[in-house]
Amino acid sequence: MGNEDFYPSKMNILQVQNLTKTYQSGNRKLTVLDGVTFEVMPGETLSIVGPSGSGKTTLLGLCAGLDTASAGSVLLDGEPLEKMSEDQRALLRNRSVGFIFQNFQLLPTLTALENVMVPLELKGRKDAQKVALNLLDQVGLADRATHYPTQLSGGEQQRVSIARAFANEPKILFADEPTGNLDTETGEMIEGLIFKLNEEKGTTLILVTHDLELAQKTQQIINIKGGKLQEVTHG
Amino acid sequence: MADAKWMLKMAARDFRKTGTKLVLFVSAIVTGIAALVAISSFGDNLRKDIDRQAKELLGADLVLSNNADFGIDDLDTLSAERAREINFASMVAFPGKGESRLTQVRALEGDFPFYGSFEAEPEQSESDFRAGGKKALVEQLLLKQFDAKVGDSIKVGEVVFEIAGALTKVPGQTGITATVAPAVYIPMEYLEETGLVQFGSRVNYLRYFALTGQEDAPEIIEAYKEHWEEEGIRYEDVEARKQSTGRSFGNLSNFLSLVAFIAVLLGCVGVASAINVFVKEKLPSVAVLRCLGVTAAKIFGIYLMQIFIMGGIGSLVGAGLGTALQYVLPLVFSDFLPVEVTVELSWSAIMLGTGTGILISLLFALIPLLKIRTVSPMMTLRPEAATIRFGKDPLRWAVVGLIVLFMVGFSYYLLRNWEQTFWFTGYVFFAFGLLWMIALGIMKLVKRFLPLWMAYPFRQALANLYRPNNQTVALIATIGLGTAMISTLFFVQYQLLDEVRFADKEDQPNMLFFDIQTSQVEAVSQKLTDADLPILQEVPIVTMRLNAVNGINKRVNEQLPEEEKRSGGLYNREFRVTYRDELISSERIVKGELVPYLEPGDSIFVSLEKGYAERNRLEIGDEIVFNVQGRPMTTYVGSYRDVNFRQVSTNFLVVFPEKVLENAPKFHVLITKTGSDQEAANLQNEIVRDFPNVSVINLATIVDTLEEILGKISFVIQFMALFSIITGVLVLISSLIISKFQRIKENILLRTIGAGTKVLVKINTLEYLFLGSLAALSGILLSIIAAALLSIYTFEIPFRMEWALLGAVYLGITALTVFLGWWNSRDILKTSTMEVLRD
Repeated sequence: MGNEDFYPSKMNILQVQNLTKTYQSGNRKLTVLDGVTFEVMPGETLSIVGPSGSGKTTLLGLCAGLDTASAGSVLLDGEPLEKMSEDQRALLRNRSVGFIFQNFQLLPTLTALENVMVPLELKGRKDAQKVALNLLDQVGLADRATHYPTQLSGGEQQRVSIARAFANEPKILFADEPTGNLDTETGEMIEGLIFKLNEEKGTTLILVTHDLELAQKTQQIINIKGGKLQEVTHG
Repeated sequence: MADAKWMLKMAARDFRKTGTKLVLFVSAIVTGIAALVAISSFGDNLRKDIDRQAKELLGADLVLSNNADFGIDDLDTLSAERAREINFASMVAFPGKGESRLTQVRALEGDFPFYGSFEAEPEQSESDFRAGGKKALVEQLLLKQFDAKVGDSIKVGEVVFEIAGALTKVPGQTGITATVAPAVYIPMEYLEETGLVQFGSRVNYLRYFALTGQEDAPEIIEAYKEHWEEEGIRYEDVEARKQSTGRSFGNLSNFLSLVAFIAVLLGCVGVASAINVFVKEKLPSVAVLRCLGVTAAKIFGIYLMQIFIMGGIGSLVGAGLGTALQYVLPLVFSDFLPVEVTVELSWSAIMLGTGTGILISLLFALIPLLKIRTVSPMMTLRPEAATIRFGKDPLRWAVVGLIVLFMVGFSYYLLRNWEQTFWFTGYVFFAFGLLWMIALGIMKLVKRFLPLWMAYPFRQALANLYRPNNQTVALIATIGLGTAMISTLFFVQYQLLDEVRFADKEDQPNMLFFDIQTSQVEAVSQKLTDADLPILQEVPIVTMRLNAVNGINKRVNEQLPEEEKRSGGLYNREFRVTYRDELISSERIVKGELVPYLEPGDSIFVSLEKGYAERNRLEIGDEIVFNVQGRPMTTYVGSYRDVNFRQVSTNFLVVFPEKVLENAPKFHVLITKTGSDQEAANLQNEIVRDFPNVSVINLATIVDTLEEILGKISFVIQFMALFSIITGVLVLISSLIISKFQRIKENILLRTIGAGTKVLVKINTLEYLFLGSLAALSGILLSIIAAALLSIYTFEIPFRMEWALLGAVYLGITALTVFLGWWNSRDILKTSTMEVLRD
């Protein structure tokens, strides 16, 4: 199927077609992703599962426009990522995408409040501080707003990260092992928070996880092995 | 606008937490900028003071001089005041002390200086001197040397004068001039009685004029110029003195600015190094910002703003420090200054320093900072995605190009000479390049051949040289360049002094008697023979000037196109020539031949020193008309001689054949070799006592004088070099602090797995010992190259190694590095091992 046939389908929030990623390692060509195709409807939740080194994180990065594919196409919120420059993709991320990382990725020089404010400020929102405080309140951290990441526990940092991810009211949220660095209890609390906010805001959720229990909570599961899509399970 | 505001806000937020690291980068530029501003301010103020005190510099509106007496009656009617001076080099003695020294005797008539005054102690001494009687004003330095005081006696020729005052300042003269030939002023009316001015004596006749104001000096010069030039009379007015003094001090100020510029460049290495570490730490945050949708340009702007602000603050602090420092500079330069320097705020210097500081901060920070543009947001998911293909970034090479342009441009701005700019920047690039290659080479070699048989602390310390986040390149570059500067300075100083001392050690002449009248030659020779001393040379000397070369006189030469013009010095020089038909041991013919003068009517063929002839484009067969004390004499260039000026003997640029100058006014030089300094001093005193007009130079005095002058010069250069050392130390400290956090982690881990404090101290000490040693040795290597080039090409003396000096520099620099490394690591060793769990 050519790209021309593919792009008109704008109903999906994410449409992945024949996605391939290869790396050159010396004389060897490494294929990390090999012809992956799937699609996600707005508001849907999807998890990507598979063993370590299977290509899950690469797939997430390509879908979110963090990296460029070697072949194939990604249509994110109706925009063909392969035709966009890095700065255009950055603007799209700011407009439509939110991220939650395994290692939280808060900016260490900014307070919790400022971390949440950044996406709002980028959009030029005058009420950035008010909205950010409200979000921190929703994740139960209003009283820690002026703390720096190093002054927060892992669970608290991830809650700030969730607040930041929802700050710009993204259409799609990408989460890479969001509970991977947390203990079971905190992990469950974070899962709850993600799904709750996701439901409230009607956001699409794409989740990379090892945790099959967590994956079961999403509407669609795609299983990757050796860079190839093994199966798609609908919940 | 909104974007800029947000970027500024983000820059401020970021600075709150990591600003201390940027403060380190600021510290690297502060001292260099301070030195630059101090020197530029000082240069500015000096220029203004030379303008303000121009009349005091000359002491008159117009000065005429010649080596024969002359009268200018026309000028006498135009001038309000006149004064006359006759000066010459002569020995003076201090009766009762039994010692003598070569000085410049100045017989004065009239109220010179008309502008400014002699500064002498006690205050009334100048009026005492002018009141009449056998009184002399003597340079204070000379009095100190002989432990004499005001009221004592000084013997000038046959006359004993009472010392009326100690001169602390003579118009237009610097402390250095006084070191070479201290002045002794005597009243003109007693000059004849001294018996020092005789047939053939080398004497300068000066006439000073204060004009009435009807005509100014330039107009008078224009009217009389041609006539004076024909008569060989030199002229100088306030404007000419102002220009020549301004030029000399402009050169000095630019040279010192160049030394300051080196400190600035060292700071640049510190900037690049600090920003490199800063950027490395920021890469994860950059990736997060990219994920959040911030464009590369905006992120780049956030960090560039921080650097711009910090660079600006550092530059302003440096400029402030430099402005304060210029209060000290007049003290440092006191021996070289002909005018009183007032200290004022120099806005142009402050702007130059601040502008330079900001520019270099940005330029040198840009190289590491440009990496930020290429950070992939994927790094948030995979840290290894941080690998950046940076080598091919065209912007990086554009920045490198800008740095080269800036360096060449700034050097040219200071030197105003393309050739010097080329050599200076070329050597700086070579030095940086060499140090960089040495550092990289060492890292590669250590990595490749790390000796596994060595004890663990040795291996760990060596491995620290190449491991990630090492400071090897930055430290070797900064410490190495600082060491190179200091070491070159000492090296050249030692080479020059050694050269003179070396001459003394060899079996060469070490004592020279000159200004001997023809009638005295026999008696002086007898004195030497009586003292069992050999007469190694007896040479007649005739002074003359050059009128024309191939019919071109000074005036015509000045009107020639630049490429055809010969140096003005050729026409202004007073030649001291001898006559003989043979060569002496220090010379050989390299072109043409010595042609004797056989009978009246023959052409006169002179022999020229090869280098001098080539510099002035004087070819074999060229016609040269000399002015032998008023009498024109046509000669032809017959040969070139290669002369070894290193030998203590009478060497000449021009040698006449015999039978031409025998009847011209002349004096004689006798050269001998004495056994000891005491023997030399006794002989000197005896000759001066019996033949007061004879001047004596002995090599020991030359060594002393040279040591004193070099000491004064090197003090100034060392003072400036101090800024480079401080910058080097600051960069070293900042590099250590930057790497401290990395080291804390490693040390804690090592301690967790059982390494004792002793082992850790050993690793730290060894690492800084290696770094200090390598940096010092690299710097020493550079200084050997620089000193060898300077010795051979600039001073034209053979190059000798100074092992003791190099050893001292090596030990000093290495010890300093080890000490600072140890000082910095004290906290690291104290950190609790619990940190490893908390982290």
